[in-house]
Amino acid sequence: MWEYTDKVKEHFLNPRNVGVIEDADGVGEVGSLACGDALTLYLKLDENRLIADAKFQTFGCASAIASSSALTEIIKGLSLEDAKKITNDDIADYLGGLPKEKMHCSVMGRDALEKAIVNYLGEAQKKVEGQVVCECFGVTNVEIQRAVRENELTTIEDVTDYVKAGGGCGNCHEQIQEIIDEFLGRERPAVKKPPRLTNIQKIKLIEETLEREIKPALKKDGGDIELVDVDRNRVLVKLRGTCAVCAKSQITLKHYVESKLRELVTPDLVVEEVQS
Amino acid sequence: MSVIYVDNNATTQVAPEVMEEILPYFNEFYGNPSSMHSFGGQVGRKLLEARADVAALIGAAPEEIIFTGCGTESDSTAIWAAIRSYPDKKHIITSRVEHPAVKNLFEYLSKNGYRVTFVPVDRQGHLDLDYLYKNLSDDTAIASIMWANNESGVIFPLEEISQAVKEHGVVFHTDAVQAVGKIPIDLKNIDVDMLSLSGHKFHGPKGIGALYVRKGTKFFPFLIGGHQEGGRRGGTENVVSIIGLGKASQLAANHLGKDITRVKELRDKLENELLKRVPSAFINGDHKNRLPNTTSIAFEYVEGESILLMMDEFGICASSGSACTSGSLEPSHVLRAMGVPFTAAHGSIRFSLSVYNTKEEIDFIIEKLPPIIERLREMSPFWKEQKSAS
Repeated sequence: MWEYTDKVKEHFLNPRNVGVIEDADGVGEVGSLACGDALTLYLKLDENRLIADAKFQTFGCASAIASSSALTEIIKGLSLEDAKKITNDDIADYLGGLPKEKMHCSVMGRDALEKAIVNYLGEAQKKVEGQVVCECFGVTNVEIQRAVRENELTTIEDVTDYVKAGGGCGNCHEQIQEIIDEFLGRERPAVKKPPRLTNIQKIKLIEETLEREIKPALKKDGGDIELVDVDRNRVLVKLRGTCAVCAKSQITLKHYVESKLRELVTPDLVVEEVQS
Repeated sequence: MSVIYVDNNATTQVAPEVMEEILPYFNEFYGNPSSMHSFGGQVGRKLLEARADVAALIGAAPEEIIFTGCGTESDSTAIWAAIRSYPDKKHIITSRVEHPAVKNLFEYLSKNGYRVTFVPVDRQGHLDLDYLYKNLSDDTAIASIMWANNESGVIFPLEEISQAVKEHGVVFHTDAVQAVGKIPIDLKNIDVDMLSLSGHKFHGPKGIGALYVRKGTKFFPFLIGGHQEGGRRGGTENVVSIIGLGKASQLAANHLGKDITRVKELRDKLENELLKRVPSAFINGDHKNRLPNTTSIAFEYVEGESILLMMDEFGICASSGSACTSGSLEPSHVLRAMGVPFTAAHGSIRFSLSVYNTKEEIDFIIEKLPPIIERLREMSPFWKEQKSAS
């Protein structure tokens, strides 16, 4: 059972401002049924551009409902300029804190508020910024970078707690780690890319990358990889150990080996498995 | 506020008869059953009785029962025993809907040199038997298929499965933690090599499990230590809990007749009335081949944790297949394996009854739950869309 504060429970059981504003000046929608939580926020402004009324509809757990309720209470009476400054922490603080695993509920509130304001200002809804990193929950690198920066997140688990990224299949954990490392200013051991590679340089660099980056990672899972040949941009490899019988080996090849080689050697490489 | 406990697949109340039986063994008869003196010896005799009671519940012989610390230990013991007994075999097979006690061990083994087949289930929660049989081979060290699912309550056709698995000469283990005490089990007629059970799922204490190992099955102990359990599980016996498990087994054997029928009637009433009163709700899994005490009901367009916490305000204890309750972000692997749509998986609630539930309690839930769903749906942005679309 979650350790919810009394304030969270109270806002969950008696949420304020539930409903729809039919002639709302701004509407912000975030989340989806598939994700397990969603919030639609409605704003009504007065003649001085202060938030005269705010209402919400939420599908989600207790902390999602409580966060939505808290958000509407916080922003009522604020100017748009002040409302823009509201952070997810303000929402969590208002509720006396949220369990770490539930912080994404407060982030959802903040996101809905931003969208509602953008909607009112008539600014074109920003296209999804950046690239999707977590495909399970549709979270982009820009969203992850922001969460990491604003909340000083240091682990993948933290990122999952705040924006859900990495909470599904786990395939994006490495990318999330890279974003965290980047923020923390940690240099990843990377082979420097020379600008144009001769054939010999390319083969050497592929070998080096396999040895330094790829083999250790595969070995952790009991697998191994052997370079058979390089033919122009085709990298022919043989997989051994668990990799060879693992149903996921194709995915490992495509997604991992190829992306590593493309990143560290040259972007037009294609990896192919040679049957032994 | 009184508690209405309909979460008996999570754990159960220790039966009063069990309590009465075990209390003297804390401080009155505290001897070690292995001791030479008669003070310890009388405890040893009591353990023999308990072993016989557990064996009788599942149609086994007493010497085929090994007491363990929990259901998980029984599962781990069985799976490792098969793997160590057949070190050359590198394939293992299980279902996609196992309890984490089996699922996570198989996932671990898949990263440590084993080829693992996870057999899928259909929308009804039925196992794809052809897929299972097709994947059995000389290289298969063990097939582990649960008897009944903890979330949907769906019962697998164990007799047929065990026959096919044994025909391939593969060791067959079943996690029967949810089945034992709820449906009749007679291992004289079903060819299972190993079976796991857990005391606290049928009114015994927590912290006690048992593993049935059919005579002649190759075995390798999980805990290596003293001579206890015939050297198959070292460590001083958990005397109090073993005696409790024995008593619980006796009671369960008696309950299997008309008491369980009454539980089933209450369960049926609960789900029929809820489905009648709540629109956009349905049962997850096969209605017929199901544990008599379990129902998993999907309430579309609402989220499970919110339902549970609002029921909690009335003292109603159930559980949910939703993501939010477990701390993970995705709904239960069982519901996902069954292909329950996300719209419904997030709002799935499991009610699991016991012989201690009353008609009044069920009526109370039938009265309190529909307004909760209605209230949450009124709050949900999807409900109006759904209503206006239909």
